[in-house]
Amino acid sequence: MKNDIILAGVGGQGILSIAAAIGLAAVNNKLYIKQSEVHGMSQRGGDVQSHLRISDAPIASDLIPAGKADLIISVEPMEALRYLPWLSAEGWVVTNTVPFNNIPDYPQTEEILANVKKVKNHIAIDAEAIAKQAGSARAMNIVMLGAASLFLDIPFERIEEGIRQLFGKKGNDVVELNLKALRAGREFSEKNR
Amino acid sequence: MSKLLMLGDEAIAQGAIDGGLSGIYAYPGTPSTEIMEFVQVSKQAADLNIHRQWSANEKTAMESAIGMSYAGKRAMVCFKHVGLNVAADAFMNAAVTGVNGGLIVVSADDPSMHSSQNEQDSRFYAKFAMIPILEPANQQECYDMAYYGFELSEKLNVPVMLRITTRLAHSRADVLRKEIKKQNDIKLPSDPRQFVLLPAIARKNYKNLLLNQPSMEMESEKSAFNSYIQGTNTDMGIIATGIAYNYLMENYPDRKCPYPIVKVSQYPLPKKQITELYNTCKSIMVLEEGYPIVEEMIKGYLNVGKPIHGRLDGTLPRDGELNPNIVAKALGFTVTEGQPVPSIVKQRPPSLCQGCGHRDVYEDLNEALKEYGTGRVFADIGCYTLGALPPFNAINSCVDMGASITMAKGAADAGLVPAVAVIGDSTFTHSGMTGLLDAVVENSPITVIISDNSTTGMTGGQTSSAHGRIVEICKGLGVHPDHIKVMTPLKKFHEENVRIMKEELAYQGVSVLIPQRECIQTFARRKKEEKKESND
Repeated sequence: MKNDIILAGVGGQGILSIAAAIGLAAVNNKLYIKQSEVHGMSQRGGDVQSHLRISDAPIASDLIPAGKADLIISVEPMEALRYLPWLSAEGWVVTNTVPFNNIPDYPQTEEILANVKKVKNHIAIDAEAIAKQAGSARAMNIVMLGAASLFLDIPFERIEEGIRQLFGKKGNDVVELNLKALRAGREFSEKNR
Repeated sequence: MSKLLMLGDEAIAQGAIDGGLSGIYAYPGTPSTEIMEFVQVSKQAADLNIHRQWSANEKTAMESAIGMSYAGKRAMVCFKHVGLNVAADAFMNAAVTGVNGGLIVVSADDPSMHSSQNEQDSRFYAKFAMIPILEPANQQECYDMAYYGFELSEKLNVPVMLRITTRLAHSRADVLRKEIKKQNDIKLPSDPRQFVLLPAIARKNYKNLLLNQPSMEMESEKSAFNSYIQGTNTDMGIIATGIAYNYLMENYPDRKCPYPIVKVSQYPLPKKQITELYNTCKSIMVLEEGYPIVEEMIKGYLNVGKPIHGRLDGTLPRDGELNPNIVAKALGFTVTEGQPVPSIVKQRPPSLCQGCGHRDVYEDLNEALKEYGTGRVFADIGCYTLGALPPFNAINSCVDMGASITMAKGAADAGLVPAVAVIGDSTFTHSGMTGLLDAVVENSPITVIISDNSTTGMTGGQTSSAHGRIVEICKGLGVHPDHIKVMTPLKKFHEENVRIMKEELAYQGVSVLIPQRECIQTFARRKKEEKKESND
């Protein structure tokens, strides 16, 4: 089993919290993991990505080869498209539909979504709206994780466990809110895959 | 011991702590910053009372580490590759003094320049200084090498370089810890003149360093970090150094490469294994992250032996970091990419945060400079370097730490008056102070803007040695107090700030303007922590 995942977004959007949750779930499931991150200059509002590799066998490279990613999880729609050369023919794109517009020439949202829909396997989700329904817009990343969880070879209970571990210190309310966001994201993917 | 999920940087820190570290010295710089940061938050390091504060720059860090080694304790110094340029004087001479307590120099290279102004390869420095290099291929080796490096350093009586690159520094994987070693006791060098590099002593020490070279080579040949891996197809032999080994193996999913391989993670090159590979195979391919230093050595100036492939003959690109695809192409595999990036996808360069004080500084400065025209602003290394991009287009140089002040002085010497320097608070105490002294000595007509956000911002908000000291430092260096002006970079003070800038630009001597406002990122973090504390 192997899941090669590209996490994408804009510096400051917190894609690493998604990576941390999946990482915990993978470790709890006794899987091998390598996760490369971007630190430094790009974190100042530039495009950022993280390569997350999970496998039941030892992993060689910290970077995913082009055309081999099973999944792109993007918290920003234009950023989802930036990594298409890494996606395998049968791979899934799971992207948030809410743009993060911090550049002067940001394209029309409709154009971006039209391109997302051209990808054979895709989920386009308004993670912000769903997170708000779950109780807080800040749970947007966890909604994305829930939506993507359908395409991971990790039992859903392990991911729930990862959320409990990650947010445990912040109290039961925060844990419950994030579990709700996680389940709402997953439900969306189940209905729209 | 339990397995931990760690960044390469964190694994180095933990390995050093477990290996008997007494002090770590560093100046922040991507991709090395997280080594010191890990030690700073480690409870174990606090309990062991390990020294773990930032230094003013890489040179002072290196020298403090040499001092700790002199006292018999194990020390580590960390910086990014260009930081080694700053520390080079001390670094080169530390190879001649030798060590007392083990000394590891971590230099983190940034091929592809993700967050740097060049992609120099630190291995050249180690070769220049004639000391061993440890170059880990994975996070476990990061840990093991930091753990073992002190012992190697003490055994060979030289500092040991631990060289990593961005990818490994900032990638996480499982790490298994070892038994914790005790710190060394204080012990003076047995020869009291070992560290006195008077010519007569230096000549003796240097001869010892030369005599020591075969022992270093022998250590490499028997090192567990280097290995000769048999292969069935001898048409080619592969030398893979550090992280390049991973990219090689990624191309063989069953992890069985048909070609014989020498995996190199400890230098000097293991001559025995390299010679065997050369004699066994018809040609050699060299895979290395960084400059083609190994390839050049194997090839030699005349290139009269067997064919050697690598970055020099175009088998791999001459610049930039490696990845599995580049290595696949070099091996003759076809790379199947996914779909191309749609043309509507736009570049998203990094930019100054909304609400950042540097933004106001550039808006003020651009306005104040209107009457003089563009092309006279010398900037420095930090977040404010992003002032080069639209909408500001405000600066004309970024060369090395501290160069803003001295370049402005040189340009003013040439007649470009007024000349302006823009430098951050941390960069000012790193390397700007001595340049300001030059300007004061000659009363050069320059305007220095120390944009003070009270932190080392670009690397994530580390303590700045300048904090609360800038005005006094400038006075102490001899800047006239009438021309040291503190201001607040906020929209509501725009007109006042522009007026002050204009006055100082017109002054025919050294002025220092200090726009002071806390970094928006550290401010937000501080508020969050304060809120958390009041809730607890």
